[in-house]
Amino acid sequence: MKVRVHVSLKNGVLDPQGRAIHHALEGLGFSGVNDVRAGRLIELDVADSTTDAALDDMCRKLLANQVIENFRIEKVA
Amino acid sequence: MAFTAAVITFPGSNCDRDMAVAIEQITGGTVHRVWHGDAELPSGLDFIALPGGFSYGDYLRSGAMAARSPVMQAVVAAANRGVTVLGVCNGFQVLTEAGLLPGALMRNAGIRFVCRDVPLVVENNQSLFTARYTAGQRIVIPVAHHDGNYFADAETLDRLEGEGRVAFRYADQVNGSQRDIAGVLNAGGNVLGMMPHPERMIEPAHGGSDGRALFESVLAGLNVAA
Repeated sequence: MKVRVHVSLKNGVLDPQGRAIHHALEGLGFSGVNDVRAGRLIELDVADSTTDAALDDMCRKLLANQVIENFRIEKVA
Repeated sequence: MAFTAAVITFPGSNCDRDMAVAIEQITGGTVHRVWHGDAELPSGLDFIALPGGFSYGDYLRSGAMAARSPVMQAVVAAANRGVTVLGVCNGFQVLTEAGLLPGALMRNAGIRFVCRDVPLVVENNQSLFTARYTAGQRIVIPVAHHDGNYFADAETLDRLEGEGRVAFRYADQVNGSQRDIAGVLNAGGNVLGMMPHPERMIEPAHGGSDGRALFESVLAGLNVAA
């Protein structure tokens, strides 16, 4: 089973990388970009028997740092 | 019993030798070098130091992989027993990732790696790590980091301040840290994490020796014969 874990910064947490990307986009002449937030996509290939609880546990114990990040689990196939 | 310390080395640590030399020179004690894959620590430790560097190449998040390594289970258990633990730079990141200290260290607000001597203010001189400083003392200690931007929610920050757990603050804005926090203590006062490198400022040839008092504080506070 293919699983995508989307890790993003929580609202209210300053994102210096997103801000730098935003600045660079403006530097390239792209107008109308209101905000940029940079996150992380982690793709897993796991046994079909892997439970939702186990996936959730993986995110909480390692893949995301819940002090600053949210995560979303997406089953692809 | 002589002062007995351990310096943990992870793949990618690069300040482990400096840390070991600083502890040896200042405390006169024995320093064990411990590898990240070791599941057990030497017995009878007074002090454990997690050094600076780029453990596991900073993969996933700085300190994230190191915090899950075998030796860190033993370090967490030792800290919970009351053993004194110091994490510097990457060591601070590892301590937050391991849950021994609150908050997280994010990418510097200015994006750039910051490598220079910075003035700090000693906020709390009542701790095991800072007793040889005076309250409000300004000291100069070098920083060298990319991810030193301390973040915690407002409630956590208020609690840290209220409980005197902000050990050091940057005198000037360095990396975007919330409330200019440079170093924090755990609730028990036996764990300190800080981004600046006291082990790099222990003799005049380093450009100053403001870091010595931290190690002297620990030695005196633990009351172990040198």
